[in-house]
Amino acid sequence: MDWEPVIGLEIHVQLATKSKIFSGASTRYGAEANTQACDVDVGLPGVLPVLNEEAVRMAIKLGLAIDATIARRSVFARKNYFYPDLPKGYQISQYELPIVSRGYVEIQADGEEPKIIGVTRAHLEEDAGKSVHEGFASMSGIDLNRAGTPLLEIVSEPDMRSAKEAIAYMKTIHTLVRYLEISDANMQEGSFRCDANVSVRPKGATAFGTRAELKNLNSFRFVERAINYELQRQIDMLEAGERILQETRLYDANKNETRSMRGKEEANDYRYFPDPDLLPLELDERYIESVRAELPELPRQKKLRFMADYDLSAYDAGVLSSSRELADFYEATVRASGSDPKLCANWVMGDLLGALNKEGKSITESPVSPTMVGALMARIADNTISGKIAKEVFEAMWRSEGDADAIIAAKGLKQVTDTRAIERFIDEVLEENAEQLAQYRSGKEKLFGHFVGQILKKSRGKANPQQVNTLLRKKLKGPSS
Amino acid sequence: MSLQKKDVEKIAWLARLALSEQEVSDYARDLSDIFELVKQMNTVDTEGVLPLAHPLEITARLRRDEVVETNERDRFQSIAPLVKNGHYLVPKVIE
Repeated sequence: MDWEPVIGLEIHVQLATKSKIFSGASTRYGAEANTQACDVDVGLPGVLPVLNEEAVRMAIKLGLAIDATIARRSVFARKNYFYPDLPKGYQISQYELPIVSRGYVEIQADGEEPKIIGVTRAHLEEDAGKSVHEGFASMSGIDLNRAGTPLLEIVSEPDMRSAKEAIAYMKTIHTLVRYLEISDANMQEGSFRCDANVSVRPKGATAFGTRAELKNLNSFRFVERAINYELQRQIDMLEAGERILQETRLYDANKNETRSMRGKEEANDYRYFPDPDLLPLELDERYIESVRAELPELPRQKKLRFMADYDLSAYDAGVLSSSRELADFYEATVRASGSDPKLCANWVMGDLLGALNKEGKSITESPVSPTMVGALMARIADNTISGKIAKEVFEAMWRSEGDADAIIAAKGLKQVTDTRAIERFIDEVLEENAEQLAQYRSGKEKLFGHFVGQILKKSRGKANPQQVNTLLRKKLKGPSS
Repeated sequence: MSLQKKDVEKIAWLARLALSEQEVSDYARDLSDIFELVKQMNTVDTEGVLPLAHPLEITARLRRDEVVETNERDRFQSIAPLVKNGHYLVPKVIE
């Protein structure tokens, strides 16, 4: 039977506020245990939570960016469960009336058509603390620094039909929250976490199959692997005539498998109820519009603009707008070059990203500036050097040997455009290759490329390739010498 | 609708409350009485009435995003049963 995967994602985004969602304790990452957990965060009796305005603004930003409804009135609720890293015995979250609902994003999986993925809701909540299981003998250590850190939980519709689409969706949200500057979305530090609801159904069926919730997916690679493993597990079970249990499963990256987590309480056992310590949050039109005015150009808008203004392909525009930093680098390069935006795109995406990748550097750590790359592009455009020589110049710039003009001068790389000089190279090569020349004249025309190669080599790459082509063709057409 | 003893036992377990036999029956009766009241309230026409999330007719005031708390770990941990290297210690919890 043909099976269709059905996937929905819950993404927890840690919001980049300075202080916690309901207290004035710092959210800085990496502090000594429990030094950033105040009386509200550790759940001492008699304390009261007060909502952080910045967390609210950030949630609205996300909502506006995905064309969602921003609730004029939303309510905080208590989600009750017992766990040592949850000192109050409940997590403050939103249940029936979340701040953001019914939005969508457009995704594009590798090699596929764009697709709309619905976002059911996004709600504000507080993070729990952290349990540490090593170093305390038979006990566990609890660090409450993370308790009360603001999270935005973004819940998608079950609209994805492959692990590839799930990754594309996740990357779209990842890029978006970074554009909006509402989260650093650092996956190693846990600021961007993902759970996946996965089920399969016979192709063509409309009812959903029983789903499993996969936890602990803390990298793009793991999400893809875990989903693919889980899909196969479910298909194997169904084909063997077994039933799928609705359960929570943990992904084990070392073994590349998912396994059942025992005893997770059912949703209705959380006994949600409105938190009496917090008043309903009301937002008026003016406030929401003031947030809208702060929105930057969004990834999709930027991509479309790159396609229109710079005549880039959808793929190139997508890569170059994948982060604000890269997009800014690219645009600064185009401005500095004063020339062909496509040429700039090829270089930024090819040589620059390649070199950065090789050294594990990000675009903000690039040893060459947009101004330097732009100046190099200008020298290609005005025929001072060929694209091939430009690679040599780029490598020298990367090694901090100076800017393009200085390197071209110092190494004598200026392109030879003098017709007479090029003709001399051509004559020499044809003389040295008398035998091939005879073959060429008797019809073996693909030797043309061989001659061009030899001529460029003789000029040490400095002869202008277009000119070599024209002049060589003219020469070969002329009377045999 | 009335609550059975097993309902009360489940609710008590979820809230980690230890109840005696007697308390379980008492709660089953008391809570069932509350359900009677709810039943009566359900007969009222509430069309167009916003569900009440809070008895006060006011809305949330927001704080500015500023760090105003200082490190009071030692004070808080002085009343904790067990502490090591700045961590609160609890019986091992691992899934």
